[in-house]
Amino acid sequence: MSGYFILAILSLAFIVIFQIAKASEYVSVLKGEEKAFKQNNQINAFLFILFLVLGLAGAWWCNELFYSRTLLAQPAASDHGEKIDFMLWITIIVTGVVFLLTQILLFWFAYKYQYSEKRTVFYFPHNNKLELLWTVVPAIFLTVLVGFGLFYWFKITGDAPKDSQVVEITGKQFNWMMRYPGKDNVLGRKNYRLTDASSGNALGVDWEDGASHDDIEASEMHLVVNRPVQLVINAQDVIHDVGLVHFRLKMDAVPGIPTTIWFTPKYTTSEMKQITKNKDFVYEISCDQMCGSGHYSMRGVIVVETQEEYDAWLASKKPQYLTVKENAAPAVTDTAATTSKPLAQLQ
Amino acid sequence: MSTETVSHAHDATSTSHSHEEHGHDHHHEESFLTKYVFTTDHKMIGKQFLITGIIWAIIGGLFSVLFRLQLGYPDSTFPILEDLFGKWAAGGRISNEFYYALVTMHGTILVFFVLTAGLSGTFANILIPLQIGARDMASGFLNMLSYWFFFLASVVMFASLFIQTGPASGGWTIYPPLSALGQASEGSKLGMDFWLISMALFIVSSLLGGLNYISTILNLRTKGMSMTRMPLTMWAIFFTAVLGVLSFPVLLSGAVLLLFDRNLGTSFYLSEIVVKGEILPNEGGSAILFQHLFWFLGHPEVYIILLPAMGMVSEILSVNSRKPIFGYLAMVGSLFAIAILAFLVWAHHMFVTGLNPFLGAFFVLLTLLIAVPSAIKVFNWLTTLWKGNIRFTPGMLFAIGFVSLFISGGLTGIFLGNSTLDIHLHDTYFVVAHFHIVMGVASFFGMFAGVYHWFPKMYGRYLNNTMAYIHFWVTLIGAYLIFWPMHYSGLAGMPRRYTDWSNWQSFNQFQGMNSFISTVAMIVFAVQLLFVFNFFYSIFKGRKVQSENPWGANTLEWTTPINPGHGNWPGDIPEVHRWPYDYGKDGRDFIPQTEPIGANESKH
Repeated sequence: MSGYFILAILSLAFIVIFQIAKASEYVSVLKGEEKAFKQNNQINAFLFILFLVLGLAGAWWCNELFYSRTLLAQPAASDHGEKIDFMLWITIIVTGVVFLLTQILLFWFAYKYQYSEKRTVFYFPHNNKLELLWTVVPAIFLTVLVGFGLFYWFKITGDAPKDSQVVEITGKQFNWMMRYPGKDNVLGRKNYRLTDASSGNALGVDWEDGASHDDIEASEMHLVVNRPVQLVINAQDVIHDVGLVHFRLKMDAVPGIPTTIWFTPKYTTSEMKQITKNKDFVYEISCDQMCGSGHYSMRGVIVVETQEEYDAWLASKKPQYLTVKENAAPAVTDTAATTSKPLAQLQ
Repeated sequence: MSTETVSHAHDATSTSHSHEEHGHDHHHEESFLTKYVFTTDHKMIGKQFLITGIIWAIIGGLFSVLFRLQLGYPDSTFPILEDLFGKWAAGGRISNEFYYALVTMHGTILVFFVLTAGLSGTFANILIPLQIGARDMASGFLNMLSYWFFFLASVVMFASLFIQTGPASGGWTIYPPLSALGQASEGSKLGMDFWLISMALFIVSSLLGGLNYISTILNLRTKGMSMTRMPLTMWAIFFTAVLGVLSFPVLLSGAVLLLFDRNLGTSFYLSEIVVKGEILPNEGGSAILFQHLFWFLGHPEVYIILLPAMGMVSEILSVNSRKPIFGYLAMVGSLFAIAILAFLVWAHHMFVTGLNPFLGAFFVLLTLLIAVPSAIKVFNWLTTLWKGNIRFTPGMLFAIGFVSLFISGGLTGIFLGNSTLDIHLHDTYFVVAHFHIVMGVASFFGMFAGVYHWFPKMYGRYLNNTMAYIHFWVTLIGAYLIFWPMHYSGLAGMPRRYTDWSNWQSFNQFQGMNSFISTVAMIVFAVQLLFVFNFFYSIFKGRKVQSENPWGANTLEWTTPINPGHGNWPGDIPEVHRWPYDYGKDGRDFIPQTEPIGANESKH
C-alpha cells in the first residue's frame, strides 16, 4: 500500500516540477531571454562555489563518520598487510593533493569566470611550457608510485620462506574446506575424479598416495602467530576468491589451476579482540569472486593462535584417511562428522 | 536506397560536382517506414540509437533501484515486488537468484546497451557527417543494419528477462565456469545462451557501425577539413571506433568458445570440475583464458564508453567558455595515447587470479601510464575555463560535472592499477565506487552534455532549462552522495556482489550507510525520469530554435538549416578554412570554420 502511496506522491511532485518549469520558461520569454540568461548564469555559478564548499565539508564529515569503521583505523594483521597499508597511505596523500587542487580550481574557475558583459576572454590556444609541465610532473609522481608499488608487489608475491606452514584451502559452492599436510609436511596427491563427499573424500584425495594418510581436514583454518604460512588454493566448481581482509590479501581459487599466497600473521585472534576493542572479533575468509546465488554467505573462519594452542588443536584432530578407513569397515554411515560441515548446502 | 547513398557519398568527396539535385529540396516523398524505421539518414539512425538507449537506461536504472532496495532495507518486505515479480520476490523480498540477475543485467545493459550503443551510436551517427561536412555516412545501408542488429540484440536480451530460469546472473563479466555450467546457477541455464547470442549480435552491430564511422571520417571530410581541423568530438569518436573494431572481435571469439563449452561439450574454459557432487569429464581447459579474452575487450570497452564523452565535453567546454580548447594537439595526442594504452592494460583486472607477478609488473606500469594523458586532459580542460567567459547552459553544466567526476574517479584508478593495493581492494566496494564514478556517471554526464547541447540540432527545439538545472544539480550531488561513501566500505574490505552482510563480523557496520545510499539512488533515478520526460516533451512542445547557430559555435553542424533534411546542406557542402576553436580571437566572439582566414588575422 505504501508503495502506491509513494508512487502517487512522486507523480504529484513530477507534475508540480513540470508546471513550474513550463511557467519559468514563459516568464523568461516575457522578461527577455537575455535577462533570464544572466540571472540563471549567476545562480548556477554561485551553486558551483556552494557545491565546492559543501562538498568538501561533506567529505570531511563522511570521513568523521566512517573512518573508524574502515581497516585504516586498525593495524594490518600481517607483515604484507603493513606494506600494503603504507603504500595505501602514500597513494592517498598523493592523490588527495591532486584531488583538492584540481577540484578547487575547477569550481573556482567556474565561479570566477562566469559570464560578464565586460570581460573579454583571453585567447590562449596552447602553451608548450605549461603542457610540458603537466606531462612531466604527473609522470614523476607516477614513477614514484609505480616504484613503491612494484617493490612491495615483488616482496609480497615472492617465494614463501622455506619453513612456512602449508595449508590447503579449497572453495566450492558455498563453503571452504581446509587440509593440513600432517607430520610429513607433504599434502597427499589429489585426483578430482575421486571426489566423493558421501564416503568422506570431499576433496578428492588419492589414498593410494602414502603422503595423504596423515593429512588432516577441517572446516576452520588454524594458523600460528608470527609463523609464515603458505596457502595452496583450489576450487572445485567455479572460481572463488580467498579474501583475507585483516591480512589485506586476496587470491582467486580457480578450478584446475592451483594458486598460492603466503603471509605471516602478526596477532592472535585474542590479541585482535583487544586491538579492535571488539570481543566478537574473528578473522574471516570472504569469497570475493562472484560464485553463484550463495556467494554472499561463503564465509570461512581463521583462528590465529600461539604454537602451543595450535599443537593442542592439531593433536585433537584425526587424519581423514583413518576416519574414512574406520567408517568403510562397518557399513557406510554418516561419515565425515569430525571433518567438516561442507555438506550443508546454503540455499 | 543504396544508389542514393552512393551518390551522396560521391558528392561529398568531389565538391566540384553540382549536387543541387541530390539535396533534400527535391527529395521524393518518404513513407513513414523509410523515414522513421528503415531509414538510412544518419540523423534519424542516431535518434533511433538514442531513444533505444534511453529505454534501456530506464530498465537498467530501475534494476539498480530494485537491488538497492535489498541492500538498503534488508529487513523490510515490499509486497508490491511479489505482485510484480512473483517467485523472484516471494514474500516481498528479492531472492538471491533475482538479486544476482538484477546486478548482472544492470551491468550488461548499462555498459553495452546504454553507454556503448546509446552513447557512441547516437553521437557518432548524428555528429560525424554534420561536423566533418558530409551528406551522410560512407554507407547508409550498413549504418541502418548497424542499428537493426543492435535492435535484434536488444530483443534477445530483453526476451532473456522473461524465461523461467531467469536471465544471466554471473555478473556482467560472465566468468566461466560459473557461466558455463547450468548446474552451478539458475542464470547459467538458458539465460546465459540468450546473453551470449545477444552479445554476438551486438558485436556485429558495433563492428558495422565502427567500420562506417572510421571510413566516413577518413574519406568523406569536406574540402579544407584536414584531420587537424576536426573538432575533438570527431577525434574522440574516431579513436573509439578504432578501439571497438579491434577489440570487440576478441570478445566475440570468447563468447563463441563459451557457447561451445556450454552446448557442444568442449573444454576451452573447463578443467577438473566437481559441481554439486557431479564429476565433469572436462580436463585441460583454462578458466583464466576467458578472462584474458574478456578483458582484452573489457578494458578498451571502458574507453569506448569514456572517449566520446571526453570529446563532447572538450567541445562543449570550449564553446561555452567562449575560448579555444587549450592544447588542441595535446588533447588529440592524449586521446591517441589512451587508445593505444587501452590495449595494453587488460590484465590489471586479473592481478589476483594467480597471474605471473613478473607479467603483472608490466601491467602496473602501463596502467599507471594512462594517468599521464588523463592528467594532461584535466589540466587542459581547467585551462580552457581559465579566463573564459562562461555560459552555464545545461550542456556546459554537465560538461563541468564530467570533469569533476573524471578527476574523482580517475584518481582512485591509481589505487587499483597498482597491483600491491589491488590485492587489498580488488572486488571490494572501492572498485564499485571507482568505476561507477569514472566510467558510469562521468560518461553519463558526457552523454547528457551532448544531448542538451545538440538537442536543438536534432529536433529544432530546446529542452526545458529549469528541468535541466534540477536534473543536473540533483544528479551531481546524488552521484557523490551515492558513490563517495562506498570508498569507505571498500577500505573496510566489504566485497561486491553480496546481497547481505549481516552474518559477517567484518562488514556489518555499514547498514546505515547502505540505507542512505539506497534512498539517494531512488531520488536520483526519479530525477532521470524527469529528464526522460523533458526529452520526449520537448521533442514535440519544446521552445523552438530561432537561429541556425543558437550557441554561437564554429563547427559545421550549425551551418545547416535548423531542421536539416537528408543530405544536411540544401546547397553545396561548405568549405572549411580554419580549425574549429577560434573563439575570442582578435576581439571577435567566434569565427566559424567556414570563414576564410583574414589578411590581418593573428595566428594561433
